[in-house]
Amino acid sequence: MPRKGADIVIETLKEEGVEVIFGLPGGAIMEVYDALYRDGTIKHILVRHEQGAGHMAEGYAKATGKVGVAMTTSGPGATNIVTAIADAYMDSVPIVVITGQVPTHLIGNDAFQEVDIVGITRPITKHNFLVRSIEELPLIIRQAFYIARTGRPGPVLIDLPKDITQQLSDVSIPSEEEVRASLPGYRPHVEGNIQQIKRAVDLIMSAKKPVLYVGGGAVNAEAQEELIELAELMRIPVTTTTQGKGAFPETHPLSLRMLGMHGTYYANMAVYNCDLLIAVGARFDDRVTGKVDEFAPEAKIIHIDIDPASISKNIIVDVPIVGDVKIVLRKILEEIKKRGAKILHPEDRERWLEQIEKWKKLHPLTYRNSSKVIKPQYVIEQIYEVTKGDAIIVPGVGQHQMWAAMFYKFSYPRQFLNSGGLGTMGFGLPAGIGAKVGRPDKEVFVIDGDGSFVMTMQEIITAVQYKIPVKVAIINNAYLGMVRQWQEFFYDKRYSEVDLSVQPDFVKLAESMGAVGFRAEKPKEVREVLEEAMKIDDRPVVLDFVVDKEENVLPMVPPGKSYRDMILEDGKGTSEAETMYLVG
Amino acid sequence: MADTAGSSQITVKKGPKFRETRKGQVRKHIINVLVRNEIGVLARIATLIAGKGYNIESLSVGETHEKGVSRMTIEVIGDDIVIDQVVKQLRKLIDTLKVRDITDVPHVERELVLVKVHTPTARARDEVLRIVEIFRGKIVDVSPETYTVEVTGDEDKINAILELLKPFGIKEMARTGKVAMRRELFVDENLQD
Ligand SMILES: Cc1ncc(C[n+]2csc(CCOP(=O)(O)OP(=O)(O)O)c2C)c(N)n1
Ligand SMILES: [Mg+2]
Repeated sequence: MPRKGADIVIETLKEEGVEVIFGLPGGAIMEVYDALYRDGTIKHILVRHEQGAGHMAEGYAKATGKVGVAMTTSGPGATNIVTAIADAYMDSVPIVVITGQVPTHLIGNDAFQEVDIVGITRPITKHNFLVRSIEELPLIIRQAFYIARTGRPGPVLIDLPKDITQQLSDVSIPSEEEVRASLPGYRPHVEGNIQQIKRAVDLIMSAKKPVLYVGGGAVNAEAQEELIELAELMRIPVTTTTQGKGAFPETHPLSLRMLGMHGTYYANMAVYNCDLLIAVGARFDDRVTGKVDEFAPEAKIIHIDIDPASISKNIIVDVPIVGDVKIVLRKILEEIKKRGAKILHPEDRERWLEQIEKWKKLHPLTYRNSSKVIKPQYVIEQIYEVTKGDAIIVPGVGQHQMWAAMFYKFSYPRQFLNSGGLGTMGFGLPAGIGAKVGRPDKEVFVIDGDGSFVMTMQEIITAVQYKIPVKVAIINNAYLGMVRQWQEFFYDKRYSEVDLSVQPDFVKLAESMGAVGFRAEKPKEVREVLEEAMKIDDRPVVLDFVVDKEENVLPMVPPGKSYRDMILEDGKGTSEAETMYLVG
Repeated sequence: MADTAGSSQITVKKGPKFRETRKGQVRKHIINVLVRNEIGVLARIATLIAGKGYNIESLSVGETHEKGVSRMTIEVIGDDIVIDQVVKQLRKLIDTLKVRDITDVPHVERELVLVKVHTPTARARDEVLRIVEIFRGKIVDVSPETYTVEVTGDEDKINAILELLKPFGIKEMARTGKVAMRRELFVDENLQD
């Protein structure tokens, strides 16, 4: 039956199982908004800025594993969402962004609200499309979803000229098979080479000091069961990146928590001294490795990743395995069991675990608490307690993000939703809203910075409008704290342009937008306001925690340095002796 | 805050340890790419290579025997390791069907050049004609002052004839860029698509 292009869009989105769209209308996309209105079955969340729509789609996707959808008009609507697209690209988040475009005959004319968004987003999308005819519209939409969610996931943009949304066609919606057949150049590897898997198993069984290094790929592949089984069966300690958090529970005795620039002492020591590093869906980011030639300097490396371009990119690996992390881990486990699940050097393995226990005792994650001023770490610990460790945590970017990563213990995948690759200040609140929309059953806590929060704070209004009860804890240190910390450490305390002492009154601000606001200025008030906040479930709550202004995130491996150069306490580095493995 | 008990038990191993790092050699690479002839595919490939900070030395595109499929031959000077990365990322593009770095694989390559040479005298015309014959080229246009020469060949041959024609004065030149194809024998099993 002939129907408008705009109706085909809605019909195809429904076919894809889309429940919710985050967006904001305008001239070029009005037909689709009209079709959305007439259809009435897909929920739409009207944002206050399109960047918010992009991060909400990301938060939704990260929390649920489903594809998030955002929609904007042409021109400024499209450019406003660019940051979120780049963020999704860096963190492999499956989102589909539909942007309106000027009518086909005006493209290239500098028409009103025309920008070449396909050109702009080419290097920051997994793929993008300009729709050129109504006949290809349903195929393109289905291809976009297929590309976004398979292989290494990522953002896909569809630029949709207005005239195409107005034309009529009786084109049918292609099947999944037709979609696959229409993409002959796109065949994500999934199985994993069996020879390489056998070589990996040789190394895993014979290693004396192995470590599992787990990234976001393990979360995307939903491989937590396999990981736990492998770690327990072979007695291998596990460290995760910020993206990999929750793929292995941090409450598990074999957990080393996070590694890298702000990783734990014991995770970094284990990686520095290991003889086998098993990288699972991780990409050896420079925030993780520090100085590359001193990263796990004596280890053989196994690298399991869905993306062949990630392998041996930053570091040469010994056993590359291209494949879906879950499938490959399963095959590794099968092979290990076939060989009797034997650890070839059990005494060495136990000695290794004992050494790690010593490191854990030597420098646990800790801070000096105070009864006079609120320590940011204390706030995170209290959030952990009132939420019983079960909340989804969504940070902004800065010191507070690292404290959230360190002092909340994550036990399930998709629990820590973080802008890792791009490090986008302003990610937290909208991503938290998206997460709450996708997981209304979970408490969602945005842990934001005073700098990060104001970059997208208008979305509180959105959360009020749709009664989305996210909690927003602002770690208010009146500074662009992370930058201040670097200035303190590396620029002789020349605090250039990091002062945020002039800020709105966050409590009044929240109230003016229809949310609830609380403030805590004394340590004993922290728990009180948190408990008050937990009682509210029909509106967003903003909690202003006025914290110690010059607290630092430690430990820290200075940028470009090796794990041996870790700063553990203010002004104090690790001694040579502390970085070395106990011999004999 | 740090509990230092236990540090006395740790024995120091001598000297820091280092991972071995691989250093790539910078040289010219020839990359063959089969693509679906979609809008923007050239821009995607160019963006990817430019994104690595590399300049495309030459690029030729043309249809293949298969409908909707084009072959590109790209010449780019770069570090072996970075080019390896470029090849992997080119493979990831949705519209590429096959990507191969054929630099170290036996292959045939050809380029076509048109050169307009300054030939005002009979002697110049004679000599240019002789050179062109030796290189099995053709004179494709003549004017009282110039010969326009067409030659096809591999890089060495093209460079050689251009060297010889230079002294006469080259007024204009157009090169197609290389097209290249893997030889059918000597297939290297390690190459994957
Ligand atoms: C959009 C954006 N601009 C700038 C930066 C650089 N940057 C990284 S952390 C940071 C400070 C963040 O301040 P705040 O949100 O208050 O967090 P804090 O470090 O104080 O906890 C800045 C400016 C960034 N990551 N993102
Ligand atoms: Mg701050």
